[in-house]
Amino acid sequence: MSDTAITAGALPAPKAENAVAWGFSRAQFGALAAMIVFLAVAPFVLYPVFIMKLLCFALFALAFNLLIGYVGLLSFGHAAYFGMGGYIAGYSAKALGLSPELAILGGGIVAGLLGAVFGWIAIRRQGIYFAMITLALAQMVYFFCVQAPFTGGEDGIQAIPRGNLLGVVPLDRDMNMYWLVAGIFLGSFLLIHRIVHSPFGQVLKAIRENEPRTTSLGYKTDDYKLVAFILSSALAGVAGATKSLVFGIATLTDVHWSMSGEVVLMTLVGGLGTTFGPVIGAAVIVTMQNYLAELGAWVTVIQGVIFVACVLAFRRGIIGELGNLLKVKL
Amino acid sequence: MPITRRTLIAAAAGVGFMQSAPRLGRAQAANTIRIGVLNDQSGLYSHIGGVNGVAMAQAAAGEFNARGFTVEVLRADHQNRPDVGSNIARQWLDRDGVDMILDVPTSSVGLAVAGVAREKNKAYVNVGAASSDLTGTACAPTTAHWVYDTYMLAKSTGGAMVKAGGDTWFFITADYAFGHALERDTTNFVRAAGGKALGSVRTPFPGTSDFSSFLVQAQASRAKVVGLANAGQDTTNCIKQAAEFGLTRRGTKLAALLMFVDDVHGLGLQTAQGLVMTESFYWDLNDRTRALTQRVRSRLTGNQPPNMVTAGNYSAVLHYLKAVQDMGVPAAKASGTDVINRMKAMPIDDDAFGPGSIRPDGRRLMPAYLFEVKKPEESRGAWDYLNLLQTTPAEEAWRPINEGGCPLVRS
Repeated sequence: MSDTAITAGALPAPKAENAVAWGFSRAQFGALAAMIVFLAVAPFVLYPVFIMKLLCFALFALAFNLLIGYVGLLSFGHAAYFGMGGYIAGYSAKALGLSPELAILGGGIVAGLLGAVFGWIAIRRQGIYFAMITLALAQMVYFFCVQAPFTGGEDGIQAIPRGNLLGVVPLDRDMNMYWLVAGIFLGSFLLIHRIVHSPFGQVLKAIRENEPRTTSLGYKTDDYKLVAFILSSALAGVAGATKSLVFGIATLTDVHWSMSGEVVLMTLVGGLGTTFGPVIGAAVIVTMQNYLAELGAWVTVIQGVIFVACVLAFRRGIIGELGNLLKVKL
Repeated sequence: MPITRRTLIAAAAGVGFMQSAPRLGRAQAANTIRIGVLNDQSGLYSHIGGVNGVAMAQAAAGEFNARGFTVEVLRADHQNRPDVGSNIARQWLDRDGVDMILDVPTSSVGLAVAGVAREKNKAYVNVGAASSDLTGTACAPTTAHWVYDTYMLAKSTGGAMVKAGGDTWFFITADYAFGHALERDTTNFVRAAGGKALGSVRTPFPGTSDFSSFLVQAQASRAKVVGLANAGQDTTNCIKQAAEFGLTRRGTKLAALLMFVDDVHGLGLQTAQGLVMTESFYWDLNDRTRALTQRVRSRLTGNQPPNMVTAGNYSAVLHYLKAVQDMGVPAAKASGTDVINRMKAMPIDDDAFGPGSIRPDGRRLMPAYLFEVKKPEESRGAWDYLNLLQTTPAEEAWRPINEGGCPLVRS
C-alpha cells in the first residue's frame, strides 16, 4: 500500500508514471480508443436498441463503481437512484411534456438530491451497516413508488415519448437516439475518469485505503464521501433516465432491490475499481439476459454459473484479471 | 480443489456456444410466418404459461393445415422485466422477422410490448396479462386481448357469486393500485347484484406473509364471502392460512379474484376446497375442451391439461393463422393492423373457447365461468378440481366497449 500521492498537504494534480493524456495510461488510452471505435461501429452491426440498453447499464455500473471501487463504500440501494431517475424523466417527458434533454437532466438532479439526503444519513456508518442503511432507504423508495400515483404502480409509466432533442432532432429514429445515448455514456465515462484522477479522487482513494489516516492528515472524510455519494447517485439517475427514454417505459423493476444486486454483480464480474471493468461487466450481464432469453428457464441458472465461475476463477473480475495478465492498469 | 480454472472457463465457453447454436438453424424463407411466444419461463408466473404456453402455440400451429406457408414458433423468457421484454420484442420485429407476438403475462411487460407492436405495426395477441387497460386507455389497432382481464374477473366473481347466494362480502386487499382496483370493481358488482360489502382491510404490499389478523377481522365481520383482492403468493398464503383457521369449514366462502387452476394444483384440494374463482377455460368443461385436452396433453410438462392461458395461446394462434391464410402471407407480413382487423372480422370457433368474436377495441369475447374448488372426496382423479357454479354470458362478462376509454372506439 503506497500512500505517496497523499503525503503532501495541498495536492498537485497527480501524475501517473506513463500517462498519455487526461490521466489515461497508454493501455487505458488504447482501450478507450477501442471503445470509441466500438461505439461508432456497433449500431451498424448489432441491434442499436440493445446497445443503448447496454450503455445505460454500463453507465449505471460506472456510477456504482465510483463509490465501491474508489471510496470503498458498498451501497446496496443504488436501484433507488437509477429507478427514480427513470420515473422522473418518464413523468416529466410524458405528463409535463419536457424535452428529452431536460427530462434526463431532471432525472439526474432528482436522483442526486435523493442521494444527498440518503448519503448524509448513510455515510455515518461503515461496512455492512452502510450497506444495510442504503438498502433500507432504497426499500422505502421502492414502497413509495408502489404507492405513489405518478409512477403508475405495477404497470409503470408506459409510452413515454422520446421527443425531439433540443427541439430539432427527432429521437424516434433509433439511430438518433443511439448517438445521444452514446454521447451521454462517453461524456459520463470521461467525467468519472476525470473525477477519479483529480485531487478530489486521490483523497477518495486515500479514504478507501485508510480512513483514519486520511482524517489525521486533515481531510474531512465525511464531506468527501458525501460528495462522492451524490455524484454517484446523480450519474445513476442519468443512466435510469436515459434508459426510460430509450424504452419508453419506467417500471418498478428498476427500483427493486434485485436491480441493486444486479449492479453489484455487473461491477464484480467486470472488475472492482477498474476503469473499464463496469462496462464489460454490464455488457456480459445484459447480453446474457437478452440472448439467453430463448433458452427459457435456463437464464437464471446460467447467470448463476457464470457468477460462481467469476468468483472462483476471476477474483479481480474480467478486466482486473486481464490487466493483471498483461501487467497494465485497465 | 476439484474445480480448476480451466474447466470453469471451458464450461463458460460451452454455455456461450450453446446460446448461439439455435440462431444458426433459423430459416429465412419469405413464406414462413413466425410467431414469437414471449412469457415468463423461469419466475413467478412460469406455472401459468411458461413452456406449456409455447407447447400449446406449437400444437395449434401443428393442427392448422397451412396452405402455401410454413409456421415457426419462437420463444423467449422475458424474466418479468419490461426492459428485457420490450428489447426482445423490438429485436424480434426488427431483425428476426417475427410476425406476431403472443402471450406476454405481467401487466407492465404486456403494456410495454403493446407499445412496441403498435410502433412496428405487427400483430400482438396478449393472453397472459390481466390489465384491462390493454383494451382501454392503452388499446391499439395491433392488439387483441384474449382470455381474461381484471374487469371480467371482478364481474364474474362479484356478480355471479351474489346470485349463487354469497350476498355479504368482506375484502382482504393488497394495498396497491391493482388491489384497490379489484376491490372497487368487485364491490360495484356485488352491490349491483343486490349484495352488500361489509368492509375491507388493506394488507401491506409486497411482503406480507402473515395474514392471520386480517383473516380474524374478516371472520368477525360475519360476511358470507371473503374476497381476496390480491394475487400470486398473497392469495395462496391467504388461502392456506384461512384453511388453518378453519374459516371455510365454518361456511365462509373464500373468493379469489385472480387465481388459476394451477394454483389449486399447487395448494392441494385439502387446503383449497370450497374456494371460488373465475376462469374462462377449464379442461373438463365440455366435450370439446375434453377432446382438446386429450389431443394436446402429451405435449405438456407433467402431462397436465391446458389451463386458461395456455388454451388461450392455442386458440389465438389458430385464429391468427386462419386470418393469415385468408388474406395471404405477404399482406399479413405487411401490416399487423390489417391482420388484427381481419381477425376481428372473421368469426372465431375453436375447441378451447367455442364460438366467439373480437370487438373493435381488441377484446376477445367469451363467457366467464365461476368455479368452486371440489372437496378431496369429490375429485375423481388428477386435475379433477373444479365444479361449475355459474356462467356469465359473453355479452355481460366484459366491460362495455364505450366505458374503457379506448381511443379506437371513439373515432
